Amino acid sequence: MNELLSIVLTIITAATPLLLASIGELVVERSGVLNLGVEGMMAVGAVCGFGAALMTGSPLVGVLAAIAAGVILSMLFGFLTLTMVSNQVATGLALTLLGLGLAGMIGEGFVGQPGVKLEKISIPGLTGIPFIGPVLFGQDLLVYVSLIIVAATSYVLFRTKTGLIIRAVGDSHQSAHALGYSVIGVRYLCVMFGGACSGLAGGYLSLVYTPQWVENMTAGRGWIALALVVFASWLPWRLAIGAYLFGTITILGFSLQAVGIGIPSQLLSSLPYVVTILALVVISGNRALTRANTPACLGQPFVPDR
Amino acid sequence: MRLVLEKRGERSHRMALLSPLIAIALTLITGGIIFALKGLNPFAALYVYFVEPLTTSWSIEQLFIKATPLALIGAGLGVSYLANVWNIGAEGQLTAGAILGSAIPVFFPEMQTLLTLLLMLGLGVIGGMVFAAIPAFLKNRFSANEILTSLMLVYVVQLILDWLVRGPWRDPKGYNFPKTISFSGWQTLPSFEVLPPSMGPLYVNLGAVLAVLVVVALAFMMGRTLKGFELRVQGVAPRAGRFAGFSREKTVWFCFLLSGGLAGLAGICEVMSTVGQLQPGISPGYGFTAIIVAFLGRLNPVGALVAAFALAISYLGGESAQVALGISDKTARVFQGILLFYILACDSLILYRLRITGLGGKVAEGRA
Amino acid sequence: MKIWMAMAAALALSVSAGAAQAADKLKACWVYVGPVGDFGYSYQHDQGRKAVEKELGDKVETVFLENVAEGPDAERAIERLAREGCKIIFTTSFGFMDPTIKVAAKYPDIKFEHATGYKMADNVAIYNARFYEGRYVMGQVAAKMSKTGVAGYIVSFPIPEVVMGINAFMLGAQSVNPDFKIKIVWVNSWYDPGKEADAAKVLFGQGADIMVQHTDSTAPLQIAEEQGKLGFGQSSDMIKFAPKAQLSANTDDWDPYYVARVKAVLDSTWKSGSTWGGMKDGMVVLSPFTNMPDDVKKMAEDSVAKIKSGELLPFTGPITKQDGTTVGEAGKSLPDEELLGMNYYIKGIDDKLPQ
Repeated sequence: MNELLSIVLTIITAATPLLLASIGELVVERSGVLNLGVEGMMAVGAVCGFGAALMTGSPLVGVLAAIAAGVILSMLFGFLTLTMVSNQVATGLALTLLGLGLAGMIGEGFVGQPGVKLEKISIPGLTGIPFIGPVLFGQDLLVYVSLIIVAATSYVLFRTKTGLIIRAVGDSHQSAHALGYSVIGVRYLCVMFGGACSGLAGGYLSLVYTPQWVENMTAGRGWIALALVVFASWLPWRLAIGAYLFGTITILGFSLQAVGIGIPSQLLSSLPYVVTILALVVISGNRALTRANTPACLGQPFVPDR
Repeated sequence: MRLVLEKRGERSHRMALLSPLIAIALTLITGGIIFALKGLNPFAALYVYFVEPLTTSWSIEQLFIKATPLALIGAGLGVSYLANVWNIGAEGQLTAGAILGSAIPVFFPEMQTLLTLLLMLGLGVIGGMVFAAIPAFLKNRFSANEILTSLMLVYVVQLILDWLVRGPWRDPKGYNFPKTISFSGWQTLPSFEVLPPSMGPLYVNLGAVLAVLVVVALAFMMGRTLKGFELRVQGVAPRAGRFAGFSREKTVWFCFLLSGGLAGLAGICEVMSTVGQLQPGISPGYGFTAIIVAFLGRLNPVGALVAAFALAISYLGGESAQVALGISDKTARVFQGILLFYILACDSLILYRLRITGLGGKVAEGRA
Repeated sequence: MKIWMAMAAALALSVSAGAAQAADKLKACWVYVGPVGDFGYSYQHDQGRKAVEKELGDKVETVFLENVAEGPDAERAIERLAREGCKIIFTTSFGFMDPTIKVAAKYPDIKFEHATGYKMADNVAIYNARFYEGRYVMGQVAAKMSKTGVAGYIVSFPIPEVVMGINAFMLGAQSVNPDFKIKIVWVNSWYDPGKEADAAKVLFGQGADIMVQHTDSTAPLQIAEEQGKLGFGQSSDMIKFAPKAQLSANTDDWDPYYVARVKAVLDSTWKSGSTWGGMKDGMVVLSPFTNMPDDVKKMAEDSVAKIKSGELLPFTGPITKQDGTTVGEAGKSLPDEELLGMNYYIKGIDDKLPQ
């Protein structure tokens, strides 16, 4: 029981940053924009969150700073791709380069300093229940935030007019424009939302996961987040399942190793990727599902005719 | 006041030439400011960054070495992207090519003839193709998104490489360190003297020669053949392509095999020249950097060659700035990011006209 | 036009001024595989570089290149330093071995020093630290402090140095508790705080109560601190990150070696050679023993003293391998070549070494 509990708790922590970063990107892509700079925004979010928390002593200030940093960087991306109509794929990659460098520059003074940790919550009476307590009522705040964002995103995208507009902009920007919606404006907001989520995901790494700042601490999680969005075929709840599945396979790999059965560790390390590919093949086999969800204008620039 | 872009009637040829110059000018100004803020002489810093890599024959050689894989991969990816086939996993295909090509020296270490060289290069291409065939197959058979599958496969093949060099392919005399035997003789790429000692000397290896040949061949294919036309039609107007009877499936296969094969070639060339053996790290992300190269080169093979050199200069410049000025590796990367941003933004001016709309509805037009 | 000429003049001036300043100093250079901000392996080497600057003052000028990937960029990075007038170049990662040898052949007048490899030349010396000495003592402490009798061990890649460390740790632990067990997790990375933290949580979940790591981040120790368990730091003293959990840290101290070698170049007494220094030479230092009772602390300090005096040799033969065969002569340490290529587990480790 204890072992199972620790595995479940570990999976939740491992999945949360992936979920945060990818839910933001999901909204960005739903509006028709492909931002490959998630890794860069996460890194800057991580360092700014860490620094702000360290200076003020408050992890919540850190969280806000991480969000702000992600938003600022995403606005830069927005300016280039939306206002200046530069290529989204290349700009996103350049943003990753810039973000990683920038994070390293900002963080030079933070190396080797223990950070401020955002503690787990504790609800008297509930957190104490065996197993269910710590899993459901004893997480850190951001775990709940990530799930609330998923629920809210799912609701807004599919049950509200706002969601309809976002999807219209992503599926057919010309018609959305003809109907009088500001395509560029909607996309700016979505890109900024994506930046906020990526920054928050970075902050999760440096404030909860491992409260410290070191260069390259994002270690490729931004790319996995991008992959998860496609894996989830742009559906928020499927995204949550994907993020938790990915976390589960990674952690199970470690558990199998620790039991000492002598499987090559490379094989176990590659499992999450292989499983993602296989799952994708299975999901994609159902053509109707994916086709309907893929934003038709993904990655295409929009310039209104006047 | 707002910045607004307006579509031009046609591509501006003047801007096509002018935009890189504007971008470079902007970068120089921004860079100068950054360096000045860091307390350095901006002119000296910019000199170290952009001019020094071109001043000695040694650094020009290094430029060729760095640009070769970028040009090879970038040219192939450009063709692929133009046809709307999104191969993001060139880094994995590079690794696969390096692995398969290296099988020759690992299993036949004594084989030292011209055939060794040809077999290694050939297997390198095949390795890249085979690995690129997986996302192509999954795309055609299951319509699995190729961006995701090709990207995921990068991690898988890197772990395969890791397993091979730590296990079965390990150099028996290498104290159990993760590497194969060192390659020598025909297992490495020959170099050619392109400038006599009086002017250099300047050597380039076979990889650079192959890269130029590939770029020329691709430029010919895209510009002068029906295949090139077919690919471009599929990119610009997929529906028209279907009516014209072009098979989408075949295009997916063609693009993946082409870009994968070239990435594999780049991989085996690295192993046969700069690395000299198979080991866990054989590429500093060439497959990913080449994506930027492809776009900077405007998805044109010759453009990719130029862009590969531009990026190579910015890498080498960043390195010499670290040594000569003590600028950190991070500053160099930030600077590189800014340079890319400017180039990408300025390229928009080829197709669009920049307008500044004032608050009172007044329009000031920036004529370019 | 005039502006351009003025700029060119300013340029020429600034460049030549820079050159003149540095003329009579000895240029010592370093190539790091990671960022100096990793607070681990490359950070420790950079501390050594700073020690050289401090110790030798204005006689030297130091330069470093960080984040140099093992692979295509390595040779160019080393050669660039050689061309920039460096007189001694330290290449600090195993993967720089062949590039170092290649560049050294082209620049016979420059001294090269390669860490953790085995290829030498007239102008290439090699150096390494006997990290395993520290790990032996860590094993003893772990066996004393553990209540469950199980340690978790997080490792990067199965190279001899890492395997050697696991074996030394177990030999130390077995000297205290013959039934001591370890659980091993390979994370396939030197540096990924998230993964290391995950591995630590999994290991604690499976009953380990002491964490040992051969990866560079502070994450496993932070998890130990959070869960009220114990652990050891790696590369740097990580006590700030785990004031209640860190028992000690196995730190690399390159300062004395770097200062001595750069000095040797200044005095023209530099010779190629192989240095494999341990606690005795001050290259391996266990940071202060904390969070343990006095008797354990005393045992650990005694062991350190014995290792320093040569009375205690961690790999004293005969040593029984997992398959039951033995290596080494009774009463003597395993020869260095045997250690440097170690690719087997000793008896008592219930796991298979990934091959």
